[in-house]
Amino acid sequence: MELLDGELELREIQKLEGHTDRVWSLAWNPAATGVAGMLASCSGDKTVRIWQKGPSGSWNCSSVLEDTHTRTVRSCAWSPSGKLLATASFDGTTAVWEHVGGEFECVATLEGHENEVKSVSWNASGSLLATCARDKTVWIWEAQPGNEFECVSVLQGHTQDVKMVQWHPFLDILVSVGYDNSVKVWTEDGDDDWHCVLTLGEANSGHTSTVWALSFNSAGDRMVTCSDDLTLKIWDTSQNPSETSGDGNGSWSHLCTLSGYHDRTIFSVHWSREGLIASGAADDAIRLFTESKDSLVDQPSYKMLVKKEKAHDMDVNSVQWNMKEPRLLASASDDGTIKIWELSVVSK
Amino acid sequence: MTLGMINAHPVVHAKKERVARSEDLHSDDALDALDVFDSVRDIKDPEHPYSLEQLSVLSEESIAVDEKLGRIKITFTPTVKHCSMATVIGLCLRVKLIQSFPPHFKVDINVSPGSLADEEAVNKLLNDKERVCAALENPSLRQLVDECLYSNELYSL
Repeated sequence: MELLDGELELREIQKLEGHTDRVWSLAWNPAATGVAGMLASCSGDKTVRIWQKGPSGSWNCSSVLEDTHTRTVRSCAWSPSGKLLATASFDGTTAVWEHVGGEFECVATLEGHENEVKSVSWNASGSLLATCARDKTVWIWEAQPGNEFECVSVLQGHTQDVKMVQWHPFLDILVSVGYDNSVKVWTEDGDDDWHCVLTLGEANSGHTSTVWALSFNSAGDRMVTCSDDLTLKIWDTSQNPSETSGDGNGSWSHLCTLSGYHDRTIFSVHWSREGLIASGAADDAIRLFTESKDSLVDQPSYKMLVKKEKAHDMDVNSVQWNMKEPRLLASASDDGTIKIWELSVVSK
Repeated sequence: MTLGMINAHPVVHAKKERVARSEDLHSDDALDALDVFDSVRDIKDPEHPYSLEQLSVLSEESIAVDEKLGRIKITFTPTVKHCSMATVIGLCLRVKLIQSFPPHFKVDINVSPGSLADEEAVNKLLNDKERVCAALENPSLRQLVDECLYSNELYSL
């Protein structure tokens, strides 16, 4: 990966205003690229907003998805084709919207969780959807013809509120993280038999407080998690996950902990296609990390490249890199705004 | 919520004398512990017609403010060790502080060490922003919080 030569900074491109309450989550449409860039945001104001880059180059709100969720919309995720958007809400439901010619229509409502749904994620092929909630469960839904979704599994195991679910970038492996401080890995034994094959808890060098988010690198051989314990942890996910004992033989393991960089809860973390890790925290700052040049194969080390203080006026809840334009970063905050940033070299 | 009262006979104290602050030596704009205490001292206890100050749930000394960093730390002492109202009191404090002070202030709310049986669990809950948001979207809980914040029924001593 060719990193830009010189000192880097995050340059603010635009501030997107419109939501009337905190913005919790963001998702870039994987299919919309370049001039047609598209971003979804969801908020405590119970709506989802779609932002598009116009011909002039500036971003505008092109749609407001409202009158569907009756409480905070906590998370949103585009299907790999970019045609469907799933939105998870504190009202206990997950809505699926279809994007047809500039309009969005709610084509499915997934019910079943007993209380607030916190996160939703599509697998790489778009055939499966995962959701998680304060009811401590993770649900897996299968996409069927005609925008029907069938629940194929209800996964129990977490002992508390589950904060986020995320699929591996190309394998059907699901990871969930939560209030019980653990990271759980779920795989299928054939024929909808899903179970937890690995739990990364405090005993495996895991987090010591709520784990808020996770992100895989583009190769799928590394994963980063962030926590209320003020650290980021990097995990080796190159092996097939299994319940083999934690002596390093063929399973996921802890590689590195980044501590001392954050002094308040880290809510979001995202790994860019070029290998940069962005974090969004409760101190209103965005930080960027990368693997350092003197990193060893079995003892990798990471360093902080950029610290953008006062990125927002309040907590940063979400940071998301654009996968097609990897220098573009979006952030969302309790201050009700979204910001688009560009990673660039500091002009001398 | 339990039907019977947790603590039917709370110990009630006199309110601390309110000091007029016009002759305060430090600058008017600087926020200090007394400013924060003034905003929360009259919050009504969820179960009794007395304020948090009267019940010694909190005091000026239980509040720490770092104006430069923009941090407020409040420690409160529930009236009894097995207090199911501790989370409600914590929510009341959070709502009042959000309403009273600029949004850039970061607020940490904890029960005083040793004052509650499951103090770690309560502290974790009170400082989980997402759980607090979801709780405040619950209409009956929100109503209880509003009653504590806006009550006019306080008995004075």
